[in-house]
Amino acid sequence: MIEVCELTDEALLDGLQRAAFDYFLGAVNPTNGLVADNSRENSPCSIAVVGFALSSYPVAVERGWMARADAVKRSLSVLRFFHDSDQSGSADATGYKGFYYHFLDVHTGTRVWRSELSMIDTALLIAGALTASMYFIANTPEETELRELVEALYLRVDWRWSQGEAATIRQGWKPECGFLHYGWDGYDEAIVLYVLAMGSPTHPLKDGCHEAWTATYQWENLYGYDFLYAGPLFVHQFSHAWIDFRGIQDHFMREKRCDYFENSRRAAQIQREYARRNPHEFVGYDENCWGFTAGDGPSDEMPEVVNERRHLFGYAARGVPYGPDDGTLSGSAALASLPFAPEIALCAARNMGQRFPEMLSANQYSSGFNASLASTDRRPWVSSGKFGLDQGIVLMMIENYRTELIWKLMRGCPYIGSGLRRTGFRGGWL
Amino acid sequence: MLQRNTSIAAVSQDAHECERLENLHPSEWRNPQPADRYNLVVIGAGPAGMVAAHAAAALGAKVALIERELLGGDCLNIGCVPSKTIVRTSRLYAEMRSAEHYGAQIPADIRVDFAAVMQRMRRVRARISRVDSIERLSAAGVDVFFGEARFTATDALTVDGARLRFRKAMIATGARPDTPSIPGLVEAGFLTNENVFDLTELPRRLLVIGGGPLGCELAQVFCRFGAKTTIAQDMPLFLPKEERDAAQILSDAFARDGIEVRLNTQAVRVRVEDGQKLVDLVSDDYKSTVAVDAILTGTGRLPNVEGLNLEAAGVECDAITGVRVNDFLQTSNPRIYAAGDACLEHKFTHTADASARIVVQNALFLGRQRLSALTIPWCTYTDPEIAHVGLYVRQARDQNIAVKTFTIPMHDVDRAIADGEETGFAKVHVKERTDRILGATVVASHAGDMINEITLAMVAGIGLRTLARVIHAYPTQAEAIRQAADAYSRTRLTPTIHSLLRRWLAW
Repeated sequence: MIEVCELTDEALLDGLQRAAFDYFLGAVNPTNGLVADNSRENSPCSIAVVGFALSSYPVAVERGWMARADAVKRSLSVLRFFHDSDQSGSADATGYKGFYYHFLDVHTGTRVWRSELSMIDTALLIAGALTASMYFIANTPEETELRELVEALYLRVDWRWSQGEAATIRQGWKPECGFLHYGWDGYDEAIVLYVLAMGSPTHPLKDGCHEAWTATYQWENLYGYDFLYAGPLFVHQFSHAWIDFRGIQDHFMREKRCDYFENSRRAAQIQREYARRNPHEFVGYDENCWGFTAGDGPSDEMPEVVNERRHLFGYAARGVPYGPDDGTLSGSAALASLPFAPEIALCAARNMGQRFPEMLSANQYSSGFNASLASTDRRPWVSSGKFGLDQGIVLMMIENYRTELIWKLMRGCPYIGSGLRRTGFRGGWL
Repeated sequence: MLQRNTSIAAVSQDAHECERLENLHPSEWRNPQPADRYNLVVIGAGPAGMVAAHAAAALGAKVALIERELLGGDCLNIGCVPSKTIVRTSRLYAEMRSAEHYGAQIPADIRVDFAAVMQRMRRVRARISRVDSIERLSAAGVDVFFGEARFTATDALTVDGARLRFRKAMIATGARPDTPSIPGLVEAGFLTNENVFDLTELPRRLLVIGGGPLGCELAQVFCRFGAKTTIAQDMPLFLPKEERDAAQILSDAFARDGIEVRLNTQAVRVRVEDGQKLVDLVSDDYKSTVAVDAILTGTGRLPNVEGLNLEAAGVECDAITGVRVNDFLQTSNPRIYAAGDACLEHKFTHTADASARIVVQNALFLGRQRLSALTIPWCTYTDPEIAHVGLYVRQARDQNIAVKTFTIPMHDVDRAIADGEETGFAKVHVKERTDRILGATVVASHAGDMINEITLAMVAGIGLRTLARVIHAYPTQAEAIRQAADAYSRTRLTPTIHSLLRRWLAW
């Protein structure tokens, strides 16, 4: 365990980042490159976590944690799997129309849990694949094949189909019932989805799709900050793991004289303000102890949890200021705000690490902890699971803070550039 | 299935009910001899009809008011009045169960006496019925006719065998629940607002179909009375017209209350087995069956336009949207107007009231008042309440209006903290870089009262800048509005102004 108070910032971040990377080493199925959603036994693969894994290999190569050949091998393994996977859309296939089911059997790669064909999770997977293709640019047979596979995977995604007959992208599709009957409403993590979908030379979205989505945005003045509202932190982080939004603006942000990067900084400040107010009087919350996001938490169904008239939400997208809030915080969410608000994110990481060291094991963040549900020895409830999404966002945001590696790679990706321009982004590095 | 409550036969005859019937449809009543011609004939004695009849008569018009069932309409008999009365009792039970939260002892034995709840409801309803009584109408000079109205010409109609001629008429026949077409539902029997207030026993298990205002209010009420309640809504959130944060807060409140929430879910079939109702539910590819003792539907309302022989009067109508009116509430027959649920999208008592006042002005006094000029607030009386007025953000953006919202969470309002009523927010939407209020949503324990201040400001053309100067009594929950205005004022302190102020204060 890191003694956080004794480490320099650099050492602290290096330790946490390396530990996050270790998740991907431990959770991967080496035969097909698929990565488990979480550390629990029999966890399926989450395609989004594969996207984070593909983005983590270049970081590991740069930092000397992994040989380039090994990274290429791992990447090729999973890219070949997806390329050759069953795209029939049947109930036990892997994907359809270039999209993939959210959860796959980590051994066979076929759909599990009757999960949906997920548009956003496919986008995160593709973003990771594109990251790999922008990094592994050597003129070797392996890296050439890697780039060709990524190109093929991206170009075959039928983004336009994912709109159905609606103005915006649908959230999912199932062979049993077709499109899930709701779409994206309000600001969320989907910018990278829209950018990839608009940038496609083969199956781009219809014009106006992005505008239809942004029409549902809410620009609010809350706790003294003007910001584009979304409650959970992951919304303000996921797209930013790949895309550098500093100084570039779409129509909405031009109107508001802001950008999405600055917006994420304000979102972190607002989380801090909420924790300082702590309206439900939960244990531990203060200006250096916050982090409300999607993640694991205690639930009313857990027999070991002594619940005092409180409703617990289990795995949920916790957010501020409207909740749900049951006293559960995510250490990784606070730290992943590092590029936007380094002072307060580092302060929170140190403070939370010192006060609640149980939330870290082997330097990896657990998915959530709840100090209001402390056991008799005053130790907080801690999620037994470590989730790939948490490890991935920590790894990537630390890297973007330290070297901007991922941002630099993706700034050079032509599909990202054209997608941003087609969604109306202008200015800055663009 | 129970009979419609407003039909006199179904009403149980306790003292309160006797008083209500005596006020609203006396058994001994005999229709009067019609006048030669009326200035205004009003069809339907709900809120719109009552307001129009009283207002027109007070101004000297010769008025006839026709009602086929009970005066007061849905609002008094099977709507707002009875529902809000039992909402109050259900809140009290919820507060008793959470007494410790307020530093009080939880009563040792909290038992719901459903019969007593409903008796109080009938007592309150009977008392309020005095306002709508036939006695008051007669004293005001209104000729009241009971019976089915039927147009016979563009300027005449019949009721109970009598022919009434008019210079102007107003159709205010209201609306009725829209029965969802679920196979087996009618055979199994179900509740709507028309008969739910006749219940004498609390259903042990209740399924509410529909997540609109009625379904949400009554689901929470019956859950708090102790019914094991499930609510199925075929959309991603409750109250689909409201802002998603409001609907999300409501979903969380339902979960805390113990309501089983089924969103994105449709009821597809109902059958009866062993005396219980089995309802098949489908959510995308997930199928399940719930067993309940009663089903309550709240899936919209249809206008009452049948049986009026509107063709004879040259009045156009649609079975879904009701009597077709222009912005002056005039029908396709210039002599005939409409008001309230029979013609309006927003089916609220206060909208019926406002539209009836427009009709009286326009029909009798050459007025040119427009329906579109009204600023209409509304409120869903769940706990917390959800109130709205004006534009939603999305509507404003659709009109290419840049919007900024000033949000005050109720946990930042001292009185809400003191009251232990911190759930919710006040959001005031303004046109970007101005203080002009476009609309507002308030989610709070008493949001319905709080929204009135915003409505007043919008009608009077008062912006947030002025509202910031209005002294609000401290401590009140309505201070949230003032805090939103203060937040606006702070945004006017630009860096340039800050710098100037610093220089000014450098003495």
